[in-house]
Amino acid sequence: MNNEWLFVAFFIVIGALVPIAAISVAWLVSPKKSNPIKQSTYECGIETVGESWVQFKAQYYIFALVFLVFDVETVFLFPWAVKIGQLGLFAVVEGIIFIGILIAGLVYTWRKGMLEWS
Amino acid sequence: MEFWKDPLKAAADWLAGILVGWGLASQVSQVIIAFLGVLILISLLMVLDIFLVWVERKTVARFQDRLGPNRLGPFGLIQPFADIIKLLIKEDTTPGGADKWVYNLAPVLSMMSVLMIWAIIPLAPTVVGVDLNVGILYLIAAGAIGTLSIIMAGWSSNNKFAMIGAFREVAILVSFEIPMLTILLIPTVLSGTMGINGIIESQSLWYVFLSPLGALIFLIAAIAELGRAPFDMGEAESELVAGYNIEYSGMKFGMFYAGELLHAFTFGGFWAIFFFGGYRFFGLEKVHPFLAVAVLIFKAMLGYWVIMWVKYTLMRIRIDHMLALNWKFLTPLAFILLMATALTNAILKNSSILIYWAGMFIVNIIIAFVALEIARRVSTAQRARLEGRKGAAAA
Repeated sequence: MNNEWLFVAFFIVIGALVPIAAISVAWLVSPKKSNPIKQSTYECGIETVGESWVQFKAQYYIFALVFLVFDVETVFLFPWAVKIGQLGLFAVVEGIIFIGILIAGLVYTWRKGMLEWS
Repeated sequence: MEFWKDPLKAAADWLAGILVGWGLASQVSQVIIAFLGVLILISLLMVLDIFLVWVERKTVARFQDRLGPNRLGPFGLIQPFADIIKLLIKEDTTPGGADKWVYNLAPVLSMMSVLMIWAIIPLAPTVVGVDLNVGILYLIAAGAIGTLSIIMAGWSSNNKFAMIGAFREVAILVSFEIPMLTILLIPTVLSGTMGINGIIESQSLWYVFLSPLGALIFLIAAIAELGRAPFDMGEAESELVAGYNIEYSGMKFGMFYAGELLHAFTFGGFWAIFFFGGYRFFGLEKVHPFLAVAVLIFKAMLGYWVIMWVKYTLMRIRIDHMLALNWKFLTPLAFILLMATALTNAILKNSSILIYWAGMFIVNIIIAFVALEIARRVSTAQRARLEGRKGAAAA
């Protein structure tokens, strides 16, 4: 096998087919007696008031922004971590300065009070 | 004798011989064999998943001083199959206002994201789906699909409980991914490769001894990523009834449930792979590939057991505490640990191996001690302030 990504493709295809097969079998053998009461939204027996797809306060909006920054930067760190053995002390110090800038960003967010869930 | 040494390769060669004998091109027969191999591995995983239901139920019963399933078959071993039959013949209701496409796709993606991860898990030195040189990045990317399935399920159900559950769950997953990623850099620094097999090969001493603090942070972040107690805000039963999968019934719910269990087991496996030497156990893996697989499954089970132990021992943490724990404690700690590991690695690289090991271990212990001491002081001060406020209010 020359192309290792073919394996990954097989895993994705079969990994998707297995749950689809399970759900299809259940669809074939399960009873289908639907009615409006059954289809109504479950809210512990109380009738639903209004839509669910409303403007919702996403408290983690700032977290998501911080996450995005950190996630991208961490991906930059992976090549550095792989080659750290060959690069010597200078590259290690450079990497540490990079992480230091990241931590400075975290401290800034923290001081601004953005890490509070309110 | 050849067959005994590596039965899987022998079987693959034998099958290739037959297929080529039928007049197929060698290339095509290789593709067919790869397809069959993946199919067999995934089928075995599903069977394992069925038994994980039994393991989980038996273990939680022991934690709660019960017996657990014990009626069907020896030790209740047939119970999970009865569960599956029940799930199959349950009516599959769809809420009226749901977004049908997204609603039906979410459980499939939930299961798929877990099965995808198994492409890179080396079960034995020779038994590995594919040894990607970007293994760790693949693990993170595949895990992100699981997060996607949760928000898809929560949003498409058109249910307020599900919506709130999905919001919380994603906030947690997004937060705890940072320490997780940072800690995954530590085995990369120590081994100099992102390939999972390379990381295992370079663990002549388990990384848990080189980076005990890293192993601990990885476990905490993994439990949060799995959305299991004490971090199960997304499906907090007492507040949200069932969380993001509230509207799912029958086999679709079964897929979420099975996906979660297999995910937990998989992360137990990754804990073993990154910090406990994977399939390595004092040269046992060289004797026979199946023995290596057994070692890995055993270690993954132990990791899974630790995750269950945490789940059934600790109570749920409030979400603001949980996020504060992540952003104000684990994330800075993980970054400092990474810096210290990289620096120690560079300084002690050329000294003798014993000094290197001892240095790594001591650095970890010092950082853990200092971090816990700071956390203790801060929380003591906070508690004193809160109690002072309460006292003033009472007076």
